Formats: sequence, C-alpha cells, structure tokens
Amino acid sequence: MTKYLLTGARLANNQQADVLISDGVIVGIGENISHPDATRASKIDVAGCKILPGLVDLHTHLREPGREDSETVHSASRAAAKGGFTAVSAMANTFPVADTAGVVEQVYRLGQSAGLVDVFPIGAVTQGIAGKALAELGAMAQSAARVRVFSDDGNCVFDPMVMRRALEYVKQFDGVIAQHAQEPTLTHGAQMNEGTISSILGLKGWPAVAEEAIIARDVLLVDHVKSRLHICHVTTAGGVEIIRWAKARGIEVTAEVTPHHLLLTDEMAKTYNPIFKVNPPLRTEADVMALREGLADGTIDIVATDHAPHPAEDKECEWQNAAFGMIGLETALSIVQKTMIDTALMTWETLAERMSTAPAKIGRYSAQGQGITLGSPAHVTVINPSQSWRVDRDLVSSRSRNTPFHGMELPGKIVATFFNGIPTVLDSRLVKAGNNG
Amino acid sequence: MRHLLSIADLNRADALSILDTAVELARISDAPVKKLPTLRGKTIVNLFFEDSTRTRISFEAAAKRLSADVINFSAKGSSVSKGESLKDTAQTLQAMGADAVIIRHSASGAAQWLADSHWIGGSVINAGDGTHEHPTQALLDAFTIRKHLGSTSGDLKGLHIAIVGDILHSRVARSNVLLLSLLGAEVTLVAPPTLLPMGVQTWPVKVSYDFDSVLPHVDAVMMLRVQQERMQDLFFPTAREYSHFFGLNRDRLSLMKKSSIIMHPGPMNRGLEITAECADSARSVIVEQVANGVSVRMAVLYLLLAGAQQEQGGLLA
Repeated sequence: MTKYLLTGARLANNQQADVLISDGVIVGIGENISHPDATRASKIDVAGCKILPGLVDLHTHLREPGREDSETVHSASRAAAKGGFTAVSAMANTFPVADTAGVVEQVYRLGQSAGLVDVFPIGAVTQGIAGKALAELGAMAQSAARVRVFSDDGNCVFDPMVMRRALEYVKQFDGVIAQHAQEPTLTHGAQMNEGTISSILGLKGWPAVAEEAIIARDVLLVDHVKSRLHICHVTTAGGVEIIRWAKARGIEVTAEVTPHHLLLTDEMAKTYNPIFKVNPPLRTEADVMALREGLADGTIDIVATDHAPHPAEDKECEWQNAAFGMIGLETALSIVQKTMIDTALMTWETLAERMSTAPAKIGRYSAQGQGITLGSPAHVTVINPSQSWRVDRDLVSSRSRNTPFHGMELPGKIVATFFNGIPTVLDSRLVKAGNNG
Repeated sequence: MRHLLSIADLNRADALSILDTAVELARISDAPVKKLPTLRGKTIVNLFFEDSTRTRISFEAAAKRLSADVINFSAKGSSVSKGESLKDTAQTLQAMGADAVIIRHSASGAAQWLADSHWIGGSVINAGDGTHEHPTQALLDAFTIRKHLGSTSGDLKGLHIAIVGDILHSRVARSNVLLLSLLGAEVTLVAPPTLLPMGVQTWPVKVSYDFDSVLPHVDAVMMLRVQQERMQDLFFPTAREYSHFFGLNRDRLSLMKKSSIIMHPGPMNRGLEITAECADSARSVIVEQVANGVSVRMAVLYLLLAGAQQEQGGLLA
C-alpha cells in the first residue's frame, strides 16, 4: 500500500486540508480531494493534528563508523523518524573522521540501506578535524554522497587562515562551512558557562566571548571572500547580536540553535549531573530568551538537534570526567513547540521553515524541505500539538539514553512520519524497522 | 543531617551546633585517654582520590578517637588508578558496609554526585572537591576564629576577616565565604582580578585589590596557598610580583591590629604567600588550626553518625 489519505488535519498555515500521498509524491491537498487515488488510498484519520513537511536536521552525530556502542546510522535513523525527521546530517567527527570520499560514501550508503530517512554526510573541513590541513573537500563534494556541508564540529576551525581558505575553496561547488565557534585558548579545560553559577560550583568557566569572538571573526571573513558560512549551535545573546548585525549588512551567514539551548540553563549544572554537560554549554536565562527571539525573528535560521549519543559509563561519572553532549532527535519538535509555539513567539508555519525548508536549503538537499506542496516528494510529519507525553530514557529509539529531558512532560506527540511516501511512524510507533531489520 | 557536602546546606543553627559539639569534644584531646566509645562498630572510609596527607590523617584521628574502624582507600596503587570508576569504587565500599565515606576528589561536585547517586547508603562527607568546597576546613577555621576572637558559644558577628590569594581555584575560600558570612562576620576577599571568580560581586563579601588598605581593619587574615603553576596560565606575572602585592610579610604584619590573628589552611608556600616570619609569629594560629581540625571533624562524624542515637545527659555523659 503506497497511497495514503491523511484526513482531518491542518497544515502549518492553519489551513484545514486533507493530504493525499501516492507513490512517494504529494498528489492532493485540500478538502474533498478529487484525485482518482483518493478513493483507493488508505485513510488515516489525523483530526486535530498538524501536517508539517518532514523535518530536516542539519547537525546530527550518528557515531558510525567507530562508536557503534553509542549509536549507528540505523539506530539514529529510527530515532530520527520517531522524532518526525525525514533527513539528518551526519557529523564528520567519527572514527575514522569523515574527511575522505570513502568515509562519506560509506555513511551515505549506510543511510540508504537503513532507508528510514535521508542521511546526508557532512565532510570534515580539515584532515582529522585537526584544524591544520584542508581535507579533500572537492572529492567529498564529487562523491556519491554529494557533500555540500563541511564542518570540524567538536572542534573549531580556529586558525583564521585555514578558515579563510576553506570558505574560499568550497565556493566552487556551492558548499558551506558550518563552524563550531569556540576559541580553544579561552576554553581550555572548560566545563560549563562562565558566570555566577560556575564560580559557585567551582567548575571551570566557558566564557560567552569564546563563542562570540569566532562568530565575529568568521562573519568578517565570509564577507571578505563572499562565500557561505553557517554557525552551528549559537548559545549566547552576544552571538545572536553579531549575526543580526552581519545579516543587516547583507553578509551570507546562517545560524542554528539547538532545542536544549532554547529550554535549559546553566542552573541545571547545580545538580553536578553530567547529563546536562554539553558543548557548547547551557547558558543563562537571558541567553535563552535572546535565542528564542533570534529564532523567531529569523536571525537564527534553523533549529538543529546536535544529537550526541554517549554510552552510560561516559555520563555516570564525575562532571569533569563526563562526555559532552545529549541526544535530541526524539524530543526536538516537542521542545520547539514548548519554547516557541506554546509561548506564542512563533507560528507553525515559521516552525516548518526553521525545521524543514531552511535547513534543506542550507544543505542544498534538493529533495527535502519542499513543504506540503503538490508534486513534492512525500516527506511528511504529523504531530498532535494538544497531546502531551512523558520523556522516558528507557523508551528511546536511540542506542544511547543521555536525554536531559527524562521525566519531563512535553507537548506535541508525533503521530506519523512519511519518508518518500512510506510511513516510518504510524500511531506514534515505528512501523518499519528499516532495511537492516 | 545525613551528609556534609557543602556549607550552603547548613543553616546558622547547624553550623553553631557543629562548633559547640567540637568545643565539647576538644576536651577529649586534652584527656590522658583520648578516646570515646561513641562510634564503636562503625566503619568509616577515607576515600582519597587526591593526595592530602594532612586532611586524611586529621579525619583518621577524629574517627579513631570516637572508636570507629577506619579504612583508608587511596586512589594511588588501587584499582582506581587502573581506571575503575567512582561508581564501582562506591559500590565496593557499600558492599563492605561503610557507614560513612569521607571523599576527597579533584573533580568539583564529586561528593554531591556520590551522595545523590544511591550507590552507597551511608553518609558522605566532603573532604574537598576540586575547586568547589572544603566544608570541614571552613568549620575548623570558624572554630579557631571563635576561640581566639569571639565568645565560646556565639557567632562571629562584628568580626572582619580577610581571605587573601587564589580565590578562583580555592575550595577553602568558597566554604569560608559561606560559613563566615552565615555566622555574621564581614569578609573581604583580597586578590588580583585574575584570581577572583566571575560574578564575585554577587557573593556576600567585599573585594579589594589593595592588601595594605584592608589589613589595618581585619581581625583575622587567612592566607591561601598559591600554586606556582598558576604563573604558567598567566594569572600573575611572576612569583616575586605576587609576593610583593599579595604576600604577608614583616611590613604588612606591622599594619595589623595587635589582637588580630594569622591563618593558613596549609600546606604553606613559605616565601610566596607568607614569609616564615609571619607564619611563625605569635599571631599565627596555623598549627592550632590543625589541632582544631581533629575536634571539628570529630564533631561532624559524631553528629552524622551518632546524632540520632545521642544518649540522655548530653554528649560526654
């Protein structure tokens, strides 16, 4: 059965409309669809739900190859589908690093074989993400994986000359450098946001300026060489301010915020529970509010999860010995609803732009992010905004359980996800284990 | 009270109760037989992930004077140095039936993390966690100040105490700021701006960069150890310059009130933050701090482990 008629829901723009999916394509939108397939399709009653374009994540750690103990392309694909995603972007800091055509093609094929979401590999900017010599960016762009996004994420491309060359070089294939903005010399051994709380807790501080200094430098660099720059996981009010300034000057820069930075603050560190240890760190309430405002007004273009799985032993220890990162694919949409929609800062239409259209555009993922439009590939996410659910780390589809939202009641239950017209989630349950079983 | 993790967990009455108990227990140390049967049958583990002979033996002496069995678990040469996790170590101690674990760790928050983990059932006492807190050091400092400058039973109202040196990296300073202000003392932190934490203006203290202007007004000056390696991280230019501006020396001694005392948590860097002349002067109570440490730690162990079963007729009945 490859024909589905979703009935009773509203689109992101709040229009009441049924959606007809046939053989991987959206062929009908509206009330009383007259398309011949409408009568043959299996009807799915999704009254009260929102039909959104399939979500696209521009920042995902799939951990394969190398750390299959914490996540695989397949397990992350399942988590992504459950979270309403139809595409993820595999960060390059694997073992080995995705700095050659061979590795990015391997990840790409693993994604295809899992078959639950599009997996777009991100290539490393520098060899071994060491910040010294450029990786073979052209070879990765030309490979079967068709890489357009390059990032040393986890590390900052801190040498300004290396950053300049990378920005210039990727222009030949319309690439973008996604920068992890963190001046390393200001954050040596840093554990959490530097401020009143880090001082009380005696945890080494991670100053906002370490992030902002790199953002400022790189918007000036990209203006100079006229390329494309994307700022990963902005966390500070100052960072938002610099990007706002850059955009006003017409500088080609885009930016992302993670769901966790839209909700959590450095207050969480008071528990010394490393589940809240993340890079970049959780900041202050004022920063959270500035991020929300930036996302609402478009200064921040997209939400990206920075889904970062870690095995239990790397989080069950002293804060300073614990790994940085938290998983986020399965909670992202709910967190954004809670922080942006339920607070009336943003509409569902804007959410669809920030979580589907814009990330696909930045990554040049042409088959993704086309909205719920006639003739588009049927990447569709159905959410029931009025149904809440409780996060349970023991029920996640990710191979790791390091969610900071465990036990939290969140709004918005994902009811169904369609990837290329095939349901990956129905009745809020994974319906397809993927091609690997 | 089940654990002692941070001074922030104590109220004024708790703090005074520990100090008052320490006063009573101090008498044991002066008796010919320095032992009470109070904690007979209790097992106390000194779990030291970081070297600190003086703190460890102080806790050990305190536990033994209360007749507890003491197990010293040092990370060096143990399974911890082979990569065993805190969790496994804690569960091992739990399996051995530890009634209290005294933990010293280089990671801030390690004591709280251990107490919140449910890996162990007994009491957790923080004997210094990273750059966070060292609550028993603050308690022994308050005990010492009270003995010299206050009344034997009251708080520290009206007293002015300067804490001088590497505040940023000092767990002793953090615990003392909380405890001394809780007990009503006025606290001034003296340090170069590089060694003051962000947001120090929100602490219940005054801050000064000018040691000489502070000294004439204080009743006690607490000198902190300054590690030479801070120089490599550019917290100050040279050891000489540090000593010049923030070291306690003969000239500064003459600025102090006659009644004032000199303190140091040890171990001292003689010649860096304090000259031998000051450390060994009549105003120095540094050696006495060590003795008081045993009494205060006895009080903490007593209140945590025997407090619930305290006999009628008072502590020493």
